[in-house]
Amino acid sequence: MNKKNLREEIILRSGVNPKKCMKCGKCSATCPAYDEMEYHPHQFVNMVDTGDIEPLLNSDSLYKCLTCFACVDRCPRGVEPAKLVEAVRLSVIRKQGENHLTPNDIPALLDEDTPQQLLVSAFRKYTK
Amino acid sequence: MQRIGVFVCWCGSNIAGTVDVKAVAEALKAEPGVVYSTDYQYMCSQAGQNLIIDAVKEHNLTGLVICSCSPRMHEATFRKTAAAAGLNPYMVEIANIREQCSWVHKEMPVGTEKAIILGKAAVAKVNLNTSLTPGESPVTKRALVIGGGIAGIQTALDIADAGFPVDIVETKPTIGGKMAQLDKTFPTLDCAACILTPKMVDVAQHDKIRIFSYSEVTEVKGFVGNFDVTIKKKARFVDETKCTGCGDCVDKCPMKKNPNEFNMGMDNRSAIYIPFAQAVPKVATIDAGACTMLKKGKCGLCSKVCGAGAIDYTQKDEFIEEKYGAIVVATGFNPISMDKFDEYAYSQSKDVITSLEFERLTNAAGPTQGKLLRPSDGKHPHKIVFVQCVGSRCAACAEKGKEYCSKICCMYTAKHAMLTRDKYPDTEVYVFYIDVRTPGKNFDEFYRRAVEEYGVNYIKGMVGKIVPEGDVLKVQASDLISNKQLHIDADLVVLAAAIEPDKSARPLATMLTASMDTNDFFTEAHPKLRPVESPTAGVFLSGACQGPKDIPETVSQAGAAASKVIGLLCKDKLTGNPCIASANEMMCNGCSSCERVCPYGAITYSDKEFRMPDRTTQIRRVASVNPAVCQGCGACTVACPSGAMDLKGFTNSQIMAEVDAICK
Ligand SMILES: Cc1cc2nc3c(=O)[nH]c(=O)nc-3n(C[C@H](O)[C@H](O)[C@H](O)COP(=O)(O)OP(=O)(O)OC[C@H]3O[C@@H](n4cnc5c(N)ncnc54)[C@H](O)[C@@H]3O)c2cc1C
Ligand code: SF4
Ligand code: SF4
Ligand code: SF4
Ligand code: SF4
Repeated sequence: MNKKNLREEIILRSGVNPKKCMKCGKCSATCPAYDEMEYHPHQFVNMVDTGDIEPLLNSDSLYKCLTCFACVDRCPRGVEPAKLVEAVRLSVIRKQGENHLTPNDIPALLDEDTPQQLLVSAFRKYTK
Repeated sequence: MQRIGVFVCWCGSNIAGTVDVKAVAEALKAEPGVVYSTDYQYMCSQAGQNLIIDAVKEHNLTGLVICSCSPRMHEATFRKTAAAAGLNPYMVEIANIREQCSWVHKEMPVGTEKAIILGKAAVAKVNLNTSLTPGESPVTKRALVIGGGIAGIQTALDIADAGFPVDIVETKPTIGGKMAQLDKTFPTLDCAACILTPKMVDVAQHDKIRIFSYSEVTEVKGFVGNFDVTIKKKARFVDETKCTGCGDCVDKCPMKKNPNEFNMGMDNRSAIYIPFAQAVPKVATIDAGACTMLKKGKCGLCSKVCGAGAIDYTQKDEFIEEKYGAIVVATGFNPISMDKFDEYAYSQSKDVITSLEFERLTNAAGPTQGKLLRPSDGKHPHKIVFVQCVGSRCAACAEKGKEYCSKICCMYTAKHAMLTRDKYPDTEVYVFYIDVRTPGKNFDEFYRRAVEEYGVNYIKGMVGKIVPEGDVLKVQASDLISNKQLHIDADLVVLAAAIEPDKSARPLATMLTASMDTNDFFTEAHPKLRPVESPTAGVFLSGACQGPKDIPETVSQAGAAASKVIGLLCKDKLTGNPCIASANEMMCNGCSSCERVCPYGAITYSDKEFRMPDRTTQIRRVASVNPAVCQGCGACTVACPSGAMDLKGFTNSQIMAEVDAICK
C-alpha cells in the first residue's frame, strides 16, 4: 500500500484527526509506557499526520503501548493518540494475513508478565 | 400621486461592467409615478448629489429611487441629499444593484434584467412611502458602571472628570478587583498597589462619583438615555456613614476562623472584616454566615467596642432606584476552578496552587508577608514547577476547561518565574509551556530576560501528572525538544489557571438585553470597529468582561468606553429611528402575541374605550408601542395574527407592492 493510502486508511480506521493536535506533549507526559516506547504518543500523532508511517510499522512501540488510554483522557484537544497506535498496529496485523487469534489460543499465551489489559485488548482486536 | 425620480449609478465599472445602466434608466421611465430617470458615473460624489438636488427642483420630484450599492453603504448619504433638496429623507429608496446584482452576475443581459426588476420594486415601494419624522427622547446625564475593578475605576474616573455624575456598583465590600490582589505587574514590575490605590482614593474623593459597594444591580428597565435601574445594597450590618474603618471590631471579633477570600483562602479573617488596609470604602462588613450574633443572637462584641456606634445588627437589604443615560459593564473575570484537574492534584496537595494564590504568597500584604513559603509546612521551596495553559486551549474538555487562550498567563508566569529567581536565587524554576505568547510592547523582551538573565528553565511540553509523595510533588512531564519524559521532585507547583467571565455576567446580560458569546464574554457591536459598545444601544463594555485582557489593555478599553459614554451624555436629546412599529387599535384584539416576541419590551397594553357602530361604547385591551424603546426589528408585525401591527417605512402594503413588482 502506498504512503498516502496508508495514512488515509489509518485515519479512517482510528477516527482520529491528527490535525487537531496542538503539539503540547501532554499525552507523552502522561504515558506510563514512555520509556519502553521508541516512538511516543505525540510522535505517533505527528508521524501519521506527515505520512511517516513505515518506522512505526516496524517499531516495537506498537506492542509496548498498554492501551491504558491515559493519553486519550488527558489530551486537551481530544486527539485520542491511543486509537492511532491501535490503528497502526492493526495495519501490521492485517498485513500479516489470516493469523487471527481465537479465544482458544489465549490460555496458551498467558504468562506472568503479560498485563491483563493487553490480553483484553488483544482479544478484542484479534477476534474482529 | 408621487412624482418619482430614478437615478442609476455606474459605480465606475463596478455596476456598469455587468449592468447596462442606460437600459435600466430607460426601462424604469415607464414605471407608474416615474417622471424622470437618468444615470451617472458616481451618484454618491458631490457632482452626483448635486445632479439629484437639481432634478428634484426642476421636475418637482416627491420621491427618489437610487439604483446603486447596498443601503448599508450610502442610504444615509442619499437621505441627506434628499433633505438638502427639501424632501423628507424617508422618501428615498435604494435598489441594491451592486452587491445583489452586478457583483453576483457575470453576464450583462442577466445583470441588466435583474437590475430593472430591483428598480421596479423600489419604485413600487416609493409610491407608497410617506414622510416620517424621528422621535426624540431626553438623556439622563448620569452613568452607571457595573464592577469596580481597574476597568470600572478607570471608566468612572474618565466620565466623572468630563463632568458627568457616575455611580459604581461593586458586589464586593471594596472596589479594586483582581488588580488589588496582585503583587507586581508585568512588563514593568511596578507594584500593583502603588499604582492602583491612588486611583481608588481618587474615586472615593471624586465629588461626581458615588460608590455602591457590597451591592448588585437587580433590575434594568428602559432604553438608551433613559435606563431605570434598581440597585440592591446588601446588608453589611455596619452603617457606612458612621464607620471610620479603625478596625477595632475586627480585632475583638472572636469568630476568627473564616477563610479570607482576599488571600484566596490561604489564611483566615474574622466574621467582621475589612478586606485589606487600602480598601475603598474603608468600612467593615459582617459576614452574616459567620457571625454568632446574627446566627444565634449571642456575642455583640463588635457593637460594644465600636466607638463610632456603626454596628447595626438589624440592617436590611436596601433597594435604590436611579435613572441613568448610559451603562458600562466592567464585571471582569475569575480563574476557573481547578477541582476537576485531578491529574494536577490541586485538591490533594496544599502545595499545588494557582497563579492568583501565588500572587498573594509573594505579596507583602499577603498571608506570609511576602515570603515565599509552602502552604503545607511553611518551608521555603527550592524547586518550583510552573504549568501554563491549565484549562486553556482545552477543546476536548468543555466540562473542565476553556477552548480559548487566556492571554495573560504566559506573561504573568514569566513574571512569577523571574521574580522568584530574583528574590531566591537558590531556587530552581521550571516553566512548562505549549507556546509562549508574548504579543505586546516589551513583552517578548521581558520573557527572554526571564530565560537569559534570570535562568528560568523553560521547557516545551506539558505536565502529564503530579503525585504528592511525602513532602515532594512528583511531576511527570514531556520535554518535547529533548524527546524525553521528565520526572521532577518539586516543592511547589503553580498552575496558570484559565480565566472565565464572572458568573454573574450571564444574568446581568439578560437584564441588559446585551449579547454574549458561548463563553459568556460580552460581545461587542463590531469586533474591529466598535470594540467597546455592546450591540444594545447605551450599554458599553470595559475590561476583561469582554475577553481576556491585561491591565494596559483594560485601561485603554476603559478610557475608550468612557469616551463613548461622554459622547452620549453630551447630547441633550437622542434622535430615534422613525421606522418603528405601531398598532392599529381598531384591528388589535389584545392577544399579547406581539408582546411575547418583542425582544426589547417595547409593547404594553391598555384598556381603551371604543365607540361601536351602534353608538354604544366598548372597552377593549389594545397594544401600544413605546416609540423610544422600539428598535424596528419587525418581529411583532409577523407575530400579529390580526395584521394590526405594522412597521413604518416597511409597511405590509409596501412589502407586498415590492413583491408584486418583482413577480409581475
Ligand atoms: C494571577 C494573575 C496575575 C496577573 N498579573 C498581571 C500583571 O502583572 N500585569 C497585567 O497587566 N495584568 C495582570 N493580570 C491581569 C489583570 O488582573 C486584569 O487585566 C485586570 O484585573 C482586569 O480588570 P477588570 O476590571 O476588567 O476585572 P476585575 O479585576 O476582575 O474586576 C471586576 C470587578 O467587578 C466586580 N463584579 C463582578 N461582577 C459584578 C456584578 N455583577 N456586579 C457588580 N460588580 C461585579 C468584581 O467583584 C470585581 O471587583 C493578572 C491576572 C492574574 C489572574
Ligand atoms: S494508551 Fe498507550 S500511548 Fe497512550 S498513554 Fe497509554 S500506553 Fe501510552
Ligand atoms: S496531548 Fe493531544 S494535543 Fe497534546 S501532543 Fe498529545 S495528541 Fe497532541
Ligand atoms: S457580633 Fe459577630 S461580627 Fe461582631 S464580634 Fe461578635 S461574632 Fe464578630
Ligand atoms: S496566555 Fe499562554 S499560558 Fe495562557 S492560555 Fe494562552 S498560551 Fe496558554
